[in-house]
Amino acid sequence: MRSVSAIILQRLGLGALTLVVVSLVIFCAVEMLPGDFAEAILGQGATPESVAAIREQLGLDKPVVQRYFSWLTSALQGDFGVSFARLNFATNFGTSTNTHQITVADQLAPRFMNTLFLAAVAACIAVPVSLAIGILAALYRNSIFDRVANVFTLTSISSPEFFVAYILILFLAVLNPLLPSLSNIYETMDFAERLKATLLPALVLTLVVTAHMMRMTRAAIINLLASPYIEMARLKGLSPLRVILFHALPNALAPIINVIALNLAYLVTGVVIVEVVFVYPGVGQLFVDSVKIRDMPLVQACCLIFAAAYVLLNLLADIMSIISNPRLRHPK
Amino acid sequence: MSKPLVKIRNLHIEGRADEEWLPIINGVDLDLYPGRVLGLIGESGAGKSTLGLAAMGFTRDGCRISSGTVEFGGVNLLTLTRGQRRSLLGKRIAYVAQSAAASFNPAHKILSQHTEAPVYHGVMTKAESEADGMELYRRLRLPDPDQIGFRYPHQVSGGQLQRAMTAMAMSCRPDLIIFDEPTTALDVTTQIEVLASIRDIVEQFGTAAIYITHDLAVVAQMADDIKVLLRGDEVEQADTRTMLSHPTEDYTKSLWAVRSFERTEKAPAPADETPVIRVDNITAAYGKSADVLHQVSFNIHRGRTVAVVGESGSGKSTVARSIMGLLPPKKGRILSNGQALPASYKQRSKEQLRQVQMIYQMADTALNPRVRIKDIIGRPVEFYMGLKGAEKERRVEQLLEQIELDPAQYMQRRPPELSGGQKQRIGIARALAAEPEFIICDEVTSALDQLVAEGILRLLARLQDELGLAFMFITHDLATVRAIADEVVVMKEGVVVEAGPKGEMFTPPHHPYTDLLLSSVPEMDPDWLTRVLADRGVDNIGDAAMARMDNR
Repeated sequence: MRSVSAIILQRLGLGALTLVVVSLVIFCAVEMLPGDFAEAILGQGATPESVAAIREQLGLDKPVVQRYFSWLTSALQGDFGVSFARLNFATNFGTSTNTHQITVADQLAPRFMNTLFLAAVAACIAVPVSLAIGILAALYRNSIFDRVANVFTLTSISSPEFFVAYILILFLAVLNPLLPSLSNIYETMDFAERLKATLLPALVLTLVVTAHMMRMTRAAIINLLASPYIEMARLKGLSPLRVILFHALPNALAPIINVIALNLAYLVTGVVIVEVVFVYPGVGQLFVDSVKIRDMPLVQACCLIFAAAYVLLNLLADIMSIISNPRLRHPK
Repeated sequence: MSKPLVKIRNLHIEGRADEEWLPIINGVDLDLYPGRVLGLIGESGAGKSTLGLAAMGFTRDGCRISSGTVEFGGVNLLTLTRGQRRSLLGKRIAYVAQSAAASFNPAHKILSQHTEAPVYHGVMTKAESEADGMELYRRLRLPDPDQIGFRYPHQVSGGQLQRAMTAMAMSCRPDLIIFDEPTTALDVTTQIEVLASIRDIVEQFGTAAIYITHDLAVVAQMADDIKVLLRGDEVEQADTRTMLSHPTEDYTKSLWAVRSFERTEKAPAPADETPVIRVDNITAAYGKSADVLHQVSFNIHRGRTVAVVGESGSGKSTVARSIMGLLPPKKGRILSNGQALPASYKQRSKEQLRQVQMIYQMADTALNPRVRIKDIIGRPVEFYMGLKGAEKERRVEQLLEQIELDPAQYMQRRPPELSGGQKQRIGIARALAAEPEFIICDEVTSALDQLVAEGILRLLARLQDELGLAFMFITHDLATVRAIADEVVVMKEGVVVEAGPKGEMFTPPHHPYTDLLLSSVPEMDPDWLTRVLADRGVDNIGDAAMARMDNR
């Protein structure tokens, strides 16, 4: 058996490779879209001369391959460039000579922290709740509780996110004004205010991801209930809850962890719609906006963040699965 | 005599199959007195395990007790609430399962599973129970009793786990232990050790026990009384010696007679005859790990059966895989009729593949449950013989007749509609369909009841006489060897330690390992275990004996 650290190193290497492939795919995809940043930003006022001037200034007139590699080399050095939209086109507009440029990293960092905060709040609610419901559903399998839990979680996962979001706004913000319907987040907010503003979108995300995790927990546990060691535990006279918590759950962790990791990755990357509905200032919104105006450096950076979240969370899931297996933890 | 500890009256148990309830136990009575050991024997499907579990007031999912009473210490377990019944389980009634490897939870250390019941039922504190566990491990002669409990189940051998499970059953000092085939999954040399440990500890604590097994020789060592079951009915019950010497019922007599099948050994093949299969000095390993076979050589002649004997891990099945070409050997060759076979099956011609066929241990997993019998057998007929349509059908019918199954009845069925013995016969027909000269039989009878197994052995013997087949018979059961082999190859840790005609193998002197194997096979004599222990000394059985031999 290879050591855990060897596995981690290998996965990290593969993860880095994945990120490079992702950046290549995104670069090509954006390249294939009609129009470019210069046309998008100038809109009605796009004269051939001004378009060409902006293109030259941004280096958009250079061949694709050259642009990709120059971006890649600077990205490898930690420089993700400057957002096109924040550049000062002094020459074109003839205004100030302010030399301070806001880099992509500066722009992304606060948005990313906001997204992480939302994901964390959602995860803190969703993971314990779905584990608990899954365990209880396995304990009282085929009972009314089991069926109600199944129907409820399946309904919430089957409904479109914006629909769930508006339903929650209707009940928790309009009819009973408990929570704000718009999630305005600004830097000076303290933690409690921030939490309150984030709670509604977090609840929507919880409803969306619970079904998957809960059903996997239930299935993984029930799958083990026919094993001889579960029968042994029951024949020791242990209570059904103890049998499930101490004897079934530790052996069911690997599949559960993997599903949790997939859902956490979704919380980071799949929140665009929820952010738009609640006007939450996260990465998702920024991403959509930058695609609209073909803001290459920003699109690339967002994609890399999303890809990295998937890679890291799956890596984490693999490591935890290994740690949860005593055969791998304690070889003969 | 005192009052019975367990008193079962007119117990009926039903099992659910295809939307209806079918009887499993039909009105059995059972009395067990404190400190006595009752052996329950019968074939699979006789309801032994179901009855054993019912004595705990427990039924598996899909079973129900439809009528009758189960009294334990004067209380009817069936009228108790679940909570009341749970307070007895583990504490006053304990269970030892067939496979300790599967019945220990892989996620927890052995000792923490040991202490679970005493702590949960409030019999002992955790510390007391841990100390008690180590003491029990010592009494059960487990190696390193103070440390072994801190290992995980997968880090301990099967025989040791089975003893640790017996210790676990003892953890609350119950009045009754149900042993459900505790040694069936073990090698003979390990079995003897577990048997001795169980018998000792049950005697030391005066625990009553129900000992479930299909192995008559084992039950003869362990039980004070024996009850014989057949399809959910009691056949008869008597004390062990009476039962062995004077069984009254015909069914019991037929069980006792099982071990009488024995073929006379054929004269050895002439020295100049080319063997059908020659295993020439092969060394093999899985992947890059250490070698599991070391320069193994033997010959198998036409019309002869060579039994390859050894414990699990001795390399018997690896030899078979090398012959089949599934595991190309690192060194050495396999010759078929004097011609070297390519090492890997991928390079063998259809004709070379046809000559070597295999019958598997688990017919259940070796036959595709969704394919009809006529197609299971028809496929090799078409593949190797090129027969199609009506010709193919006729050949399949012929093969079914050869294995004594009525073609009209079985052609259209699928494997789940057959019994275990019938499935194994289909496996045999599938091998015969290729018209091979040589068949590898990998533990073909070990999953079957003795009566059914004997039928399979007789069939194989008849086919050998009719078709001149050569068999390589992989087994760990020496009774099977005695029944069918002409020659025996004894393997240990990938090395052939002894080889020769059967007659020689069963008469001394032999290699010390062969000796250990032979003397570890339980005999029907109820004094056998006591005698072996007296001969060898308790510290020279099982693992200890093996270790001693390795040091020599």
